[in-house]
Amino acid sequence: MTTLEMKNVSIEFPGVKALNRVDFSVKSGKTHALIGANGAGKSTLMKVLSGAYDHYTGEITLDGQSMTIRSPKSAMDSGIQIVYQEVDTALIPYLTVAENIMLMDTVHNMGKKQWVNWKSLHSRAATILSEMNLSLPTKKLVSELTLAEKQMVLIARAVSKECRFLILDEPTAPLSHTETNELFRIVQDLKNRDVGVIFISHRLPEIFEICDDITIMRNGEVVERQRISDTNQNKVVEHMLGQKLGDQFPDKFMTIGDTFLEVKGLTDKDKIKDFSMNVKAGEIVGIAGLVGAGKTEFCKALFGVEGKLVAGEVKVNGKRVNVKNPYEAVKNGLALVPEERRKEGILVNASVESNLTVVNLRHFSKDFSFLDRKKEKLVAKALINRLGIKTPSEETKVQNLSGGNQQKIAIGKWLVADADVYIFDEPTKGVDVGAKKDIFNLIVELASRGKAIIYASSELSEIMGITNRVYVLYDGRSVKELETKSTNEEELLFYSTGGR
Amino acid sequence: MEANITAKKQTPSKTSFDLFQFFYKYGTIITIIALVIIFSLANPAFIQGNNIVNILRSISIVTIIAIGITISLTVDGFDLSVGSVASLSNAIVISMFVWFSQNTFVAIISAIAAALVVGILNSIMIVKMRIPDMLMTLATMFIIQGTALTYTKGATVSQNMVLPDGTMAEGLISPFFSKIGQVPWIIVIMVVVVVVVHIFLTYTKHGRYMYVIGGNKEAARLSGIPVNKYKVTAYLLSALFAAIGGIVLASRVMTSEINSGAPYLMDSVAAAFIGFSVLGAGKPNAFGTFVGAVLIGILANGLVMMSVPYYAMDIVKGTVLAFALAITYYKQK
Repeated sequence: MTTLEMKNVSIEFPGVKALNRVDFSVKSGKTHALIGANGAGKSTLMKVLSGAYDHYTGEITLDGQSMTIRSPKSAMDSGIQIVYQEVDTALIPYLTVAENIMLMDTVHNMGKKQWVNWKSLHSRAATILSEMNLSLPTKKLVSELTLAEKQMVLIARAVSKECRFLILDEPTAPLSHTETNELFRIVQDLKNRDVGVIFISHRLPEIFEICDDITIMRNGEVVERQRISDTNQNKVVEHMLGQKLGDQFPDKFMTIGDTFLEVKGLTDKDKIKDFSMNVKAGEIVGIAGLVGAGKTEFCKALFGVEGKLVAGEVKVNGKRVNVKNPYEAVKNGLALVPEERRKEGILVNASVESNLTVVNLRHFSKDFSFLDRKKEKLVAKALINRLGIKTPSEETKVQNLSGGNQQKIAIGKWLVADADVYIFDEPTKGVDVGAKKDIFNLIVELASRGKAIIYASSELSEIMGITNRVYVLYDGRSVKELETKSTNEEELLFYSTGGR
Repeated sequence: MEANITAKKQTPSKTSFDLFQFFYKYGTIITIIALVIIFSLANPAFIQGNNIVNILRSISIVTIIAIGITISLTVDGFDLSVGSVASLSNAIVISMFVWFSQNTFVAIISAIAAALVVGILNSIMIVKMRIPDMLMTLATMFIIQGTALTYTKGATVSQNMVLPDGTMAEGLISPFFSKIGQVPWIIVIMVVVVVVVHIFLTYTKHGRYMYVIGGNKEAARLSGIPVNKYKVTAYLLSALFAAIGGIVLASRVMTSEINSGAPYLMDSVAAAFIGFSVLGAGKPNAFGTFVGAVLIGILANGLVMMSVPYYAMDIVKGTVLAFALAITYYKQK
């Protein structure tokens, strides 16, 4: 049995200590769970181990012998392979299964050879697949595979090289139940072949199903290490959470009115199944769930993005509406602050002013659609003051502002539109503490003006702090509805991780 | 963390890139002034009034067609079919006079209608079939080039031409129509087109929406802007301006040559891309496109005066385009 150890590993990014003196060890032939809330440092730790960063301090040893891992290649050569969550970033869609599996071999081991031996390439790939008991045709194009099959191809690629330790970063998040079982079978197989598997997951039940050991991280530190048989789900949840955040949240003195938004049986093409919920005027309703639970998909489906909606009924203020695209959504008084701010929320190359006025230029139009530049400027200046956006002027390009200020703009533009239902999808992602507080204040202020608010987040402490009521989402389904007053983070996390 | 990264990026651009910024903003205009001085010193006839009118007249058609491309660029599209559309509308407008003895109004309306059909074809294939803009309009370019050739049976259409059945065409081009392509009207039309489109793009709601779509399509969609509607509009407008270009061309030469619009495509693309950087706009804009066309016009005119052979002209124009693209994309990094 070999032991891979990381000792005293620390890494810093500008302004953030992502890992602080972390010790971590895995043994071959064991499955080791790595658990932690979002931002705890799991992925960073695994990136260090797989050679994605070279500016860490500390030591990595294999059976007591020191190793230098500073690049992905050195990690691979030492037998450490990783399968990232976003499988598509590592695959070449218009090449065949065999070519993708043998990619590392073709890139690194060709030496002076110039000709590809197709026969041996396909037969070697087929051997690897059959050793894993998989029946994938090696000549199939990767673009024709399902997500689960793509994952298998990546695992096959990992074991095509010398593989002593395999890191699986949230492999089950996008998989169905049967696909997950198939994955577990392969993990079991690898274990029997004396491979050490490091398994990152947010789903606690499956960790207890297949893992031998567990390491729990919080805020860049390891807080607990034990055999999985010595602990249980509730204890793990306690360790993940640690102490609560300070007084970030404003007081909620809202008068809650009648039901304003009603959603029945919402189902989208791939993730959301039969989701029903309602929001009252002046109420902040949380959508809690871990990464990959379907929060973003729900927000987008509700807002009519991509016409992915398959079934379901949406009522705004008692009136049934057909939201088939965002244009209709805005017309019906909905507003979405999307998760991917830079990609979907703001125009990085445009000025603060035109970002703030973009959703409702009608307010700023005169006859023949001519724009009223003075009014635009006035409203933009007022919003900058009101939201506390730190910018040299209203003409500054948004790309020059910080994440928090960009987010204020992504929210601020909807204040001009004067929507009735505000959907926030992870609004505090990548936002500093000060700006966070401003954003919370703004959301509470909107609610106090009688707006209906949906707040989707995987930060459970925020859900606890700001909402009145919570729906917990697990694997695309609403598994529990809770009053925020009478619940706690432990309970939320329990349901978010598939407890029932 | 993100805040730190953006702050870092900002600082060096303040100090070391100032010189680049200056040339980015004013480089095109400085180049134009420099060229005027050089050409005037080499040949004093260059700066005389009638040569300046000559240059403006020569860039009119390029500018009008380039304005069409500019509009397609604002929604992050790219209309390569404008040259062919100009050929087609040229052929239709002349044939309406010569073959069918129609009046000016009918001739112009038919040409524009045909162009709009092409615009609809482009936009439906791009919006509904999701074909990348440049590839679709490349295909349309060939289709329409062929259509125009088939329509004229591969021949030049002109007054008193011999028809396939051996008779002479009897239709005449109206005197009013022939005025369009002459000074001053040809210059007036260009100026009106530039000013109107500049106002449309800069001062109206619709223009703003188009820039928003071009800047970030996803954010535009999620802001509730009907993205597809504006993409369709952009392609209709670019086809419309290509048609106007073709009509002005028809009036100027009073015939319809084979593929008459094709040579204008590259000049127009160059003008539109040179226009990106003019006065630091950093995006497609009508005024910049006009300045780009002026630069190309002066280069062509001046080089001819300096006895550079016409067949070497493409080397110069291509180099200017490459230079303009280099500046635009280097800036975007």
